[in-house]
Amino acid sequence: MTTKPPGYKTRDRQWHPPGLTPAYKTSVTRSPTRALISMPTSAGEEAGPVFGHDILGPMDNDLILNWAAPGEMAMGPRILVRGRVTDDNGRGVGNTLIEVWQANAGGRYRHANEGYRAPLDPNFGGYGRVMTDAEGYYEFRTVQPGPYPWPNGMMDWRPSHIHFSLFGHSFAQRLITQMYFEGDPLIWMCPIVGGIDDAEAIKSLVAALDMAETLPMDARVYRFDIVLRGRRQTFFENRWEGL
Amino acid sequence: MVQNHRILKESPSQTAGPYVHIGCTPNAAGIGKPWAEDLGATMITGAAEGSRIRIVGNVIDGTDGIVRDAMVEIFQADAQGRLKSADEAADPHFTGWGRCACDLKTGVYSFDTVKPGRLPWVDGKLQAPHVTVWVVARGINIGLHTRLYFPDEEAANAEDPVLKRIEHAHRIPTLIARAEGEGTYRFDIRLQGGDETVFFDM
Ligand SMILES: [Fe+3]
Repeated sequence: MTTKPPGYKTRDRQWHPPGLTPAYKTSVTRSPTRALISMPTSAGEEAGPVFGHDILGPMDNDLILNWAAPGEMAMGPRILVRGRVTDDNGRGVGNTLIEVWQANAGGRYRHANEGYRAPLDPNFGGYGRVMTDAEGYYEFRTVQPGPYPWPNGMMDWRPSHIHFSLFGHSFAQRLITQMYFEGDPLIWMCPIVGGIDDAEAIKSLVAALDMAETLPMDARVYRFDIVLRGRRQTFFENRWEGL
Repeated sequence: MVQNHRILKESPSQTAGPYVHIGCTPNAAGIGKPWAEDLGATMITGAAEGSRIRIVGNVIDGTDGIVRDAMVEIFQADAQGRLKSADEAADPHFTGWGRCACDLKTGVYSFDTVKPGRLPWVDGKLQAPHVTVWVVARGINIGLHTRLYFPDEEAANAEDPVLKRIEHAHRIPTLIARAEGEGTYRFDIRLQGGDETVFFDM
């Protein structure tokens, strides 16, 4: 038996959205038309940038406070987002950086290109970051973002969502995705979400409301677990821990 | 039915969208407040070894239009071919990772970095010096991986195991940066068209 795992498992491109999803119009001129060239991961893809917990400020994981004036808070439904980052073998991905960004409770982004009429919240920036703990768990506090209209079809509205950027432990695991909220009818009308073919894949991006964990008179809890690619394993490594 | 081997599915990708800058480069986007510097803005943090180079380029769509809202990340070996997170001897003054939002007016991205050393391929033979490049933007559903190779490494490029995988050899030049003098290399990334950049599934 070999002792060194032979690289990362190949991405399941049927599970991810393809590059070209014509209902999401911008993809038409921004998606490659040639087949991707397949290659195994090698040293340069199996390593990645390193961030220490020291890059984090005390407010980085609190979007209600991190842009607010002293004594003020962001407006909107208060939530905690909690979950675990694992690889596809079920192993926690510890000490990895998560970056998040989102619209405010009214659905408005703090961005030069934003065209929606909803107002900015003077106390909300819309960005945060958090490092997973040793077992892959993370938590941040924010306000639930509002849905917003966008220039695609005349009646397209994005479901409420939070954008997530994940590094994992290697550049092969690099992923940007979005978290949606349980029960939002706009999820199933959205051309961006609809780029994903498999309904089960879509559901894996929908955070579940966890009322049992709700903080009384403070915040509801949404649970959002994230799975990154895993390495191929040698047989004797094949423990199904945590599952 | 058969046994369940309990392998989870990777979370599906979703586009980084038009506002990726808010979360990833808030200072460049002019909204930074809690963070002093955007992550990935500085790759050389001290007296890094090797020759300093600058990588510049545009991301170009299928209508030859410049994509102004993309974000580009690079990851590479240090000058001696060592990788952060994999090799404890990696240059302490070099991060190996850079991130740059394209300029919202000109669409230009740029990185001040060092020329990478050679890394081993899966069979232990050496690859040509290269930089791994990752592009996300509105309209890109899943981040695109490509590689930048150097025009002054002809011999190494000719034996590079990744370049050799590209059956249509006329596409290889899309991965080779153009020398613009004084250590500057231009690497334009074409998302579509006859000279579409080679992208990898790895
Ligand atoms: Fe969004």
